[in-house]
Amino acid sequence: MARSAASSIRRVASLLTPLALALPVMVMAAPGARAVGMPQLDFSNPLVIGQVVWGAVIFLVLYLLLSRSALPKVEAVLTSRRQTIDNDLDIARRAKAEADSAVDELHQARRSAMAEAQANVDKVIEDARLAALRQTQDMNARLATEIHEAEARVAAARTAALGSLRQIADETAQVLVRQVTGTSVPADVVARTVDHAATARGL
Amino acid sequence: MAAGSTIDALGQFELHPVLGGLGEALRFSQSPLMMIVASVAVLAFLYVGMRPKAVVPGRLQAAAEICYDFIYNMAVDTIGPEGRAFFPFVFTLFFFILAGNYLGLLPFSFAFTSHVAVTVALALMVFVLSVIVSLKAQGAKFFAHFMPAGAPVALAPLLVPIEILSFLSRPVSLSIRLFANMVAGHVMLEMFAAFTIMLAGLGLIGDALAVGPVVINVALMALELLVGALQAYVFAILTCIYLREAVAH
Repeated sequence: MARSAASSIRRVASLLTPLALALPVMVMAAPGARAVGMPQLDFSNPLVIGQVVWGAVIFLVLYLLLSRSALPKVEAVLTSRRQTIDNDLDIARRAKAEADSAVDELHQARRSAMAEAQANVDKVIEDARLAALRQTQDMNARLATEIHEAEARVAAARTAALGSLRQIADETAQVLVRQVTGTSVPADVVARTVDHAATARGL
Repeated sequence: MAAGSTIDALGQFELHPVLGGLGEALRFSQSPLMMIVASVAVLAFLYVGMRPKAVVPGRLQAAAEICYDFIYNMAVDTIGPEGRAFFPFVFTLFFFILAGNYLGLLPFSFAFTSHVAVTVALALMVFVLSVIVSLKAQGAKFFAHFMPAGAPVALAPLLVPIEILSFLSRPVSLSIRLFANMVAGHVMLEMFAAFTIMLAGLGLIGDALAVGPVVINVALMALELLVGALQAYVFAILTCIYLREAVAH
């Protein structure tokens, strides 16, 4: 009996095996699969409704545990992480701002130091220039004074020389006239005549 | 179980009392047992994952935080700022269903989401919650939604029943979608597993051919992993959409 059933199955299988893998639907439609009906729809079984009651209780307990305990734990970790990251970012941002202002200060200090140094250099150069100028002026003034004095002395000497020249000319003229004519001429006539002669020669 | 010429694809959905007589008296089957296992798994995942409380999370903590962020963003993005209040509910819903779907894929386990009574209960809970929130947030204006804005008044006798019907069909589609997906997946797995056993009874050639359904079952398992996550997501996102309509003015 079992042998013949096995052989008949084998015969059918040898015909159908190529199709069998592709046609589960055929077997699903076989009467054997449906004869009992779906256990899910067997509402005479108290276990079918029982699982709904149990399910409600279990779902409620799961909901309460998740919403009161498990999920807030996750949320706390996520929140603390967000805060940690935000704090770290804040610290980093503040440090960066401090560094930036320090760099700015440094630049400012450098700039002002450079300006100060430049001003000092300028002042020193200006002072030196003014001192040199003043020295030159003093020197020029002294030289001018000395030249002036020398010129005055030359002029005085010349005037003195010219003065004594008239006297010599007067006396020489009087002597010459006396020697030539044997008569003496009054001094004022001689002086006048010499004056004329001297003026005519530009003396 | 499925040996022979018939395949018992639906036997896997039968409920049996666990813990002997006590389970029978308390109507405690393997379905609530798996609900408890799923709940404990979700809670353990969060508690154990978040225990380090590290600023730089490890792998398990990162996974727990990703799950939290995923549902939180879904709730807040979809519902709006009010979504924060519903976030724990959506989180519970998503991970209850997801854990149920995935636990059902383990051998000798049971998928409680493959029972229409469970999915209807979940969908009705969402439906009733959204109605309560609607009435609280919008008052009598809630009923104005059954008449689409801008539609001619003459069409009201046609439009209002259609809108009411579409509103009432929400829990139906919500529950049937999850239930049908899970049942179909488990039936498929059972079918191909049965093929393997049947083919293995055919001698040497059968042994060789029996590898085929096993390969297909491996692929189906991958598909079921996708479906399990997808259905949990669909359930959660639809819940969020209904709640958005409830809080919107």
